Amino acid sequence: MSAASQDVATRNSIFVRAIIYVVLILFAIYYLLPLYVMVVNSLKPLDEIRQGNMLALPKQWTIAPWLSAWSTAQIGVQPVGLKPYFINSVLMVVPAVALSTILGALNGYVLTKWRFKGDNIVFGLMLLACFIPFQIVLIPSARILGLTGLAGTITGLVLIHAIYGLGFTTLFFRNYYEAFPTELVRAAQIDGASFFQIFRRILLPSSGPIIVVTVIWQFTNIWNDFLFGSSFSGFNSIPLTVALNNLVNSSTGVKEYNVHFAGAILAALPTLIVYIVSGRYFVRGLMAGAVKG
Amino acid sequence: MADLTTTAPRAVTNPRATLQDLLPKIVLAPSFALILIFVYGFIVFTGFLSFSGSKLLPDFSTWVGLNNYVRLFNHPNWITALKNLAIFSVLYIVVCSFIGLALAIFLDQKIRGEGFLRPIYLYPMALSFIVTGVAWKWFLDPGIGLEHVMQSWGWESFSFRWIKEGQMAIYTIVIAAVWQSSGFVMAMFLAGLRGVDNEIIKAAQIDGASTLTIYRRIIIPLMRPVFLSAFVVLAHLAIKSYDLVVAMTDGGPGTATWTPALFMQKFTFGRNEMGMGAASAIIMMMMIFAIIVPYLYSELGGKKK
Repeated sequence: MSAASQDVATRNSIFVRAIIYVVLILFAIYYLLPLYVMVVNSLKPLDEIRQGNMLALPKQWTIAPWLSAWSTAQIGVQPVGLKPYFINSVLMVVPAVALSTILGALNGYVLTKWRFKGDNIVFGLMLLACFIPFQIVLIPSARILGLTGLAGTITGLVLIHAIYGLGFTTLFFRNYYEAFPTELVRAAQIDGASFFQIFRRILLPSSGPIIVVTVIWQFTNIWNDFLFGSSFSGFNSIPLTVALNNLVNSSTGVKEYNVHFAGAILAALPTLIVYIVSGRYFVRGLMAGAVKG
Repeated sequence: MADLTTTAPRAVTNPRATLQDLLPKIVLAPSFALILIFVYGFIVFTGFLSFSGSKLLPDFSTWVGLNNYVRLFNHPNWITALKNLAIFSVLYIVVCSFIGLALAIFLDQKIRGEGFLRPIYLYPMALSFIVTGVAWKWFLDPGIGLEHVMQSWGWESFSFRWIKEGQMAIYTIVIAAVWQSSGFVMAMFLAGLRGVDNEIIKAAQIDGASTLTIYRRIIIPLMRPVFLSAFVVLAHLAIKSYDLVVAMTDGGPGTATWTPALFMQKFTFGRNEMGMGAASAIIMMMMIFAIIVPYLYSELGGKKK
């Protein structure tokens, strides 16, 4: 009797397994489809997109849309392509990520190894700051940037991104250092090691993974930001996401879909490469940001 | 010997020891001060603005009480934005959770090629919403996208022009947003599933429970904390949704796809209604805090025990 039912179960499960594989593969196609559409159509001449089929491979392969998106496409009033904006984004991301990561590491260190009265309140306030809708700080931020003469500059954007990234970087390092044995810190303290010596010699050497997680998280968020970029950038500091949106949504002229797709891939490439090279750390960052374990 | 030389200076320089004691706070202070000013100070600033008659610039000379809030909730665009937020967030959260859980359970069946499939489900999370928006905007465009493809394959009557239709456009934004986030929810559930104690499952199997029953009665109820985390993350993303809407429809057709974030931006910087813009931002913050604060409180409080 039981053998028979097991038999049914196994036969059933072969059928069920087939369905599971089909569903999983269909979803893989769903997730890959937009990327496929972007890549394929960025390599076609414009006529082929208009008359042909978006899902078809190019009949006539061309890299002209890529060259145009990079260096000659009309963005706003200037036919300069996305290149200068790509550079703006790099100049904005690198210092902002470095600043927020370093401060986050020090904050995490203090909040776990040099606890003081009220440290939980300090941490709670920094944590809550991660989740505010940035609309609430747009007007005063614009005001402060204007008063300090940083409006429309890359420096201004760096500061804004570094400050509003502090909550998350502090959270990451705090949770990581929480698990680090405090006895080691106390022992070093008794041996006369200073605050910074302990950080540099004892915590930093084992912080590799969390630094990678934090840097990837900050890099992805700041590179992909649109709200701050569109609100606070000036003529010479427009980041790539804003330029891409200007390229695609400009109402004048012919819509060069192939150039739009090439531009979109260009904008996505840095974060995609980071994801492909170090996906494990990327996922860890996402999880750490979501589940405050 | 080494011990003596290292402890000696500390004993001699007693004043420096107090500096050492203060150092942690000195290191933390700038970050904390920045957060206090740029987050909490600015929230207060925006709060004041929402009670002021500010138009193009902040103006603290005229106070209008709750007038901005009254005008806000009587404005058809804000009502549209709230309706869109309701439609968007419910569908976004439900569909993402459903797809995420289903994919996680399927992937957890000792699937060959899991290491290949998982990164494919997750990569959209690495993209900017602007990139996602561009891809879906053109893919759903009737002129060149899906509709055109189906017709060129011979299905002449196929019609899919939601993105151009006021009533339906918000659903195209749901499609794109689900595409972007569902893989992430899958990863959260998968981590949850991998944490389930095998003993419980084995015990249930010995008792003769079918796989379906085990999932329905044991495993999915155990996923409650993951559901909660996913809900909090997705809800707060939904309330903030801005970039994707700008890239796909810029609020159009007409004002059909306005969201609260879009409303804030357009009224503050486009229509010189800074008071109303500030009021809308305050409402957005209250919505987010209503979800986040209890969550963080229970998470932090639970950990201390």
